[in-house]
Amino acid sequence: MSEIILELRNISKSFSGVEVLHNVDFSLKTGEIHALLGENGAGKSTLVKIITGFHQPSSGEIYFDEERVSFNDTRDSRDVGIAAIYQELSLFPDLDVAENIFIGRQPLNNTKMVDWRKLYAEAKKLLDSLGVKIDLKQKARNLSIAEQQMVEIARAFSINARVLIMDEPTSSLTLNEVEDLFRLVRNIRKNGTAVIFISHRLEELFEIADRVTVLRDGSYVDTKPIAETNREDLIRMMVGRSISEQFPKIEVPPSDVVLSVENLSNGTTFGDVSFELRRGEILGFAGLVGAGRTDVANTIFGIRGATSGTIKLDGQTVSITSPRQAMALGLAYVPEDRLQHGLIPQMNITKNITLPRLDRFSQVGWIQIRSENKEAFEVACQMEVRATSIQQKTRELSGGNQQKVVLGKWLSTNPRILILDEPTRGIDVGTKAAVHMLMTKLAAEGMAIILISSELPEILGMSDRIIVMREGYITAEFSREAATQEKILTAATEDVRTRIQQ
Amino acid sequence: MKSQANPQNTSAATISERATRRSLTDVFKNWELLLVVLIIIVVLVNTRLSPYFLNAKNISRTSSDFMEIGLMMLPMVFIVVTGNIDLSVASNMGMSASFMGLLHNMGVNIWLAALAGLALGTLGGVLNGYLIAKVKLPSLVVTLGTYAFFRGIAYGFLGDQAARNYPAKFTYLGQGRVGGSLIPVSVAIFIGLAIIFGIILHATKFGRHLYAIGNNEEAAKYSGVPIDKIKFSLFVISGFMAAFAGLVLAARFGSTRPDNGTGLELAVITATVLGGVDIDGGKGSMYGAVLSLLLIGLLRFGMGLVNIQSQVQSTIIGLLLIVSIFLPHIGQRIAANKATRFRWKTVLAVVGIIALFVLFFVFFFWSRAPVLAEI
Repeated sequence: MSEIILELRNISKSFSGVEVLHNVDFSLKTGEIHALLGENGAGKSTLVKIITGFHQPSSGEIYFDEERVSFNDTRDSRDVGIAAIYQELSLFPDLDVAENIFIGRQPLNNTKMVDWRKLYAEAKKLLDSLGVKIDLKQKARNLSIAEQQMVEIARAFSINARVLIMDEPTSSLTLNEVEDLFRLVRNIRKNGTAVIFISHRLEELFEIADRVTVLRDGSYVDTKPIAETNREDLIRMMVGRSISEQFPKIEVPPSDVVLSVENLSNGTTFGDVSFELRRGEILGFAGLVGAGRTDVANTIFGIRGATSGTIKLDGQTVSITSPRQAMALGLAYVPEDRLQHGLIPQMNITKNITLPRLDRFSQVGWIQIRSENKEAFEVACQMEVRATSIQQKTRELSGGNQQKVVLGKWLSTNPRILILDEPTRGIDVGTKAAVHMLMTKLAAEGMAIILISSELPEILGMSDRIIVMREGYITAEFSREAATQEKILTAATEDVRTRIQQ
Repeated sequence: MKSQANPQNTSAATISERATRRSLTDVFKNWELLLVVLIIIVVLVNTRLSPYFLNAKNISRTSSDFMEIGLMMLPMVFIVVTGNIDLSVASNMGMSASFMGLLHNMGVNIWLAALAGLALGTLGGVLNGYLIAKVKLPSLVVTLGTYAFFRGIAYGFLGDQAARNYPAKFTYLGQGRVGGSLIPVSVAIFIGLAIIFGIILHATKFGRHLYAIGNNEEAAKYSGVPIDKIKFSLFVISGFMAAFAGLVLAARFGSTRPDNGTGLELAVITATVLGGVDIDGGKGSMYGAVLSLLLIGLLRFGMGLVNIQSQVQSTIIGLLLIVSIFLPHIGQRIAANKATRFRWKTVLAVVGIIALFVLFFVFFFWSRAPVLAEI
């Protein structure tokens, strides 16, 4: 039972010149549960997407059953028996459980109509054999996330999937549900199905996985049997990068509090968030994707409302219900998703830069085109935006230049408090360094900055203080001196169980 | 050599304040220019076909037929630019005009009745705006509902009756001429309003916000654009203009019936989209829309003069509309591919467009041939 079913050799992948995977090796044996581990952006999802044929590798070879294969799209990989279950589940909400399992290949009777009796009988047989107890006639929309996952697994199993990829299947499950899921995964393994398991919860890996492969910055680090490793070892493998980046951080003496947030909750994605932000301070927010950091920022900026808690600016309680109001109070927010929230890609650089403060160039609403262009040109020059002209559409710019436009747009509103959400994600090294320089300069001038970043070296290199969030709650706070990658990662990934037991 | 080696070192030299020169594909993508060309073609063809086409009195008389569509089109351009739609305009027009007619029948002073009609139409816009901006329902569904609702109220006001005998002072709005000239009053009003609406769309903060919403509502929201307030006001303006168009229509006919303007919303949307306003929002101009209204007007007028039946006229306008959506699409494709090699698909698409245009003119002549033969 230990022959290799899937093997990837020297896989590299670049997106528009940026290498996200570099010579990665990966091998999967039949009947094993193989964990794939790495920080955000380490290349796990890209690797999974190459296995499923969603992306094609720039170089390297894939072997399936010891035969060289190339998957041109997801159908190719499905045909050989590779199934993937993503965080976003893909059941048809208005079909019932049995229909979902047999979607697209319902058993037919001799009049070519769906043989419902057979469909339900087979679905029952399947779920029984997997030890899953779900009402077959229940609509998928009424199932819990855990039950939906089980239906997806049953579906994959019923088409004889030989490789099952599970991307963070436990991230939204309760403890009991995780137990059930693991029982099911062990069940399907018995039949020789190999499982690729992605999770940020290290404890789970020790419970379920046979082997673990660690990726870091798009490179292969190591593959080890789980029994021969431990938590500290894994964390070291995940973060132990050579610190090649120098962060231009200057110490700014602590000053008066400008923003204080008390017990802020939005009722769903985060709760009980309290912190203070001082003039000239860079406050880092670390945590995994989905830890609620962006939601906190959105709420402070008035995009989504809070259900409880208070926000104080200079000691005055304020109620911020719209971004417009937040801007008027001196806040600026550079959102995580440049193209969705940061920019209007179809509009040119000028119009993007001046959008938040058209008032400044308008008399009775009439825009003074000349002064608008002049101002936008100055901002673009200050930010060193590289483009053919300030009339160029922003969607034609590179990621780094787009980010410079977004930063310029917000900085020209002269904010006192600047929230940066993943400000250097997906941009080139040069721009990244420029953004870090800018942050340092702004903080030295007295601006208060919140830095949300999933990149630990950036958080450690740029922040005066670091707050760690997990699943909507603040789990730790470190000073610049006390913070280490290991401490932050522990606070960000610590198993739910530990918290409950405390 | 320095600038290539070190991206940090390049600053002002990397960006220019002025726009780069327009390329040929930009001109091709310029829908307004194409509309002008089409208008010229229509004028030339029609002049050849009918000696009555370039008659100033005829043009003057016909032009006022399109002013209700034009008046409703002005706010419709705003709404479509934000990616929304208002299907209720023609029904709102019928409702407001019927209310005015009802009050007139009851003996209320005509100007008071007109004012009440305007108020009711605006109220209809408030209802639309509230449901769309505050309750956040999709505009297509909301206005589809009010489309039926407003028309029903119109029948409630007048039943199978008509209101007539409006005083001459009032009908002047729809039938009069400015001073001693040939320009109808309604056309003068439309031109004035079109200029105002155009300025608002293209030169003010409000107009800029409309484009921002249409292109990326989320990003606009993150940039502090007051989305809800703007959407609400758009539908209120639309309601007011629909009511005003209702008054003009009543003045032109000299009477009001509850079915006045039935189906006109489609003409309004056709003129808007044919004018190059992207139905997905974010793109389009007021002069494009006005040009397209002119094109539709001239086309219908010309076809009417040579006795082309109105069903055939509609077919031709419909064909023109499809081409108008198709053509910018192809223009974009050409622009996107200009860096790459010669593409078969592009060539095919261009051939397809030319074929459609040929078809269009063949149809044009074919449809009037039997009519001419009868004469």
